[in-house]
Amino acid sequence: MQEKYFPDMEKIESDIENKILKIADNIDFSQYSENDVKKAIKTENCSIQDFCALISPAAKKFIEEIATKAKSERERYFGKNVYFFTPLYISNYCENHCIYCGFNCKNNIKRAKLDLDEIENELIAIKKTGLEEILILTGESRKMSDVNYIANATKLAKKYFKNIGLEIYPLNTNEYNILHESGADYITVFQETYDKKEYTKNHLKGHKSIYSYRINAQERALKGNMRGAGFGALLGLGDYKKDTLATALHIHFLQKKYPKSEFAVSVPRLRPTIANADINPKNIGELELLQIMCAYRIFLPYINMTISTRERAEFRNNAVKIAATKISAGVSTGIGEHAQKKEGDNQFEIADPRSVEEIYTALKNIDMQPVMNEYVWV
Amino acid sequence: MEDKFKIGKYEFKSRFILGSGKYNLELIKSAIENANAEIITMALRRINTDTDNILDYIPKNIKILPNTSGARNSDEALRIALIARELSNADMIKIEVIKDSKYLLPDNYETTKAVEKLANNGFIPMPYMYPDLTAARDMQNAGAACIMPLGAPIGTNKGLLTKDFIKILIEEIDLPIIVDAGIGKPSQAAEAMEMGATAVMANTAIATSSDINNMAKAFKLAIEAGRLAYLSKFGKVNNLAQASSPLTGFLR
Repeated sequence: MQEKYFPDMEKIESDIENKILKIADNIDFSQYSENDVKKAIKTENCSIQDFCALISPAAKKFIEEIATKAKSERERYFGKNVYFFTPLYISNYCENHCIYCGFNCKNNIKRAKLDLDEIENELIAIKKTGLEEILILTGESRKMSDVNYIANATKLAKKYFKNIGLEIYPLNTNEYNILHESGADYITVFQETYDKKEYTKNHLKGHKSIYSYRINAQERALKGNMRGAGFGALLGLGDYKKDTLATALHIHFLQKKYPKSEFAVSVPRLRPTIANADINPKNIGELELLQIMCAYRIFLPYINMTISTRERAEFRNNAVKIAATKISAGVSTGIGEHAQKKEGDNQFEIADPRSVEEIYTALKNIDMQPVMNEYVWV
Repeated sequence: MEDKFKIGKYEFKSRFILGSGKYNLELIKSAIENANAEIITMALRRINTDTDNILDYIPKNIKILPNTSGARNSDEALRIALIARELSNADMIKIEVIKDSKYLLPDNYETTKAVEKLANNGFIPMPYMYPDLTAARDMQNAGAACIMPLGAPIGTNKGLLTKDFIKILIEEIDLPIIVDAGIGKPSQAAEAMEMGATAVMANTAIATSSDINNMAKAFKLAIEAGRLAYLSKFGKVNNLAQASSPLTGFLR
């Protein structure tokens, strides 16, 4: 059944959603045996079937072997490099009703939107920490943070930072192009869950309730000349194995269609919020999380992978050795915390509050190489 | 006479070009020393940084060879080369134009166009390419200072998968042929040199080994051995025994 788009939503011709769901909706992970897992670890070119075996329950007891394989793939593509960035939240107004999210429009939290002067103060404060890559985030409100506002923030960020990514509500192709021209080159959109039923249950109103418009966001961004796109499912919302498979397929099929583009994945687990301290990622422990990360690294060895401050410091230090390539540092998920007094509440609680310097030193101590920038705007 | 080779106006003795993208920075200097390298490549996008710049870790007498990785077409390659000249004064540029994020295979067509654009802007273009004779000729005509064919997909350590095609380039193209990408073991580097390659470039094989200094040294020795063998000319390998009375012995 075709969803009813909002009038301002662009429709593109794309077979990506069908391709993903045809596989992800019909998967049975219990069919994979230990032998399938062993074969998946051994094989040189990891297939979709091999990937399924790697995230299946049968693979859990092979985590050491899987991690060893993932580490060698990581080294082959990225060597010792670990890329640093930090998120900058510029507005937390939101029109969506996502029942797990701290910014959800029904939550009674302190809302704020930084004006351009305040954004510049934040940028200057972050720049002082030595970072050169920034990820600008907004809550999902076209009214309160329109494309022009984000474009102006991007242009300001360009004055101080070499690499600018955006994690904002999904846009149309021409709007992505405006933001590209303003200086941003990477777009991240989390699908949250690829399971349509779960998606509908969790996204009760607003633009975000339209599943198909969201799933095609990365493709519109690439059509709008962005260099790369980021993906992720919010682990714990739906069946995490199905969501992990669907995320991987999303990247796999888009890479085939847009081979020159760059791709990145995040692996956020559900976290408690101010409005709901009991939210947790249910059956996804650190073992399962590492299993997912390693499977991504083996199936899609060329992609960047971000490890979030949702995880504790020791897990993050080890994750970047084995599978992840990007780490956020000096993180605040509230509005205006870097330079001024805090104006708006946080999206979620973080588990790794370390500064840039602290994480830099910690990674050097484990023989990894922090990299502040490996990008040039052309 | 010393065994040297030329790229553009520059002369080099060491036939080992070191890649730099995958190291812990503190280890680069001793890798260069153990490799006895005179040229080190690096991505321009990697030196576009204010913190921990790789350039600060490289001895001043080493020739910096920026590459244009990140370029998806010839115009972007030129823009990156111009930024590289600003940041590091470099005139030799390794051209990488890549439109595939998965295998990182070069686009010969756009690379040829990039060679022409860089040559017209006063650079010494060193194109990284898929070993195709026609493309190599076009690059030569467009002003390339050498040709850098890949041995195998980058980072795979698979060695000389494209051996026969590189041989054709060595025979037909009157420019230095530098085998770049895919070389995973010193023996593979030696093989490339025995074939008559001018030089070999390696990165992953050394940066990801557990003893960087010794691996750099092993490559250096293999490349020197291969070169010496090439210069000494091989004895012919015969599959058939030589007949004691030749078939054409009756000719007067």
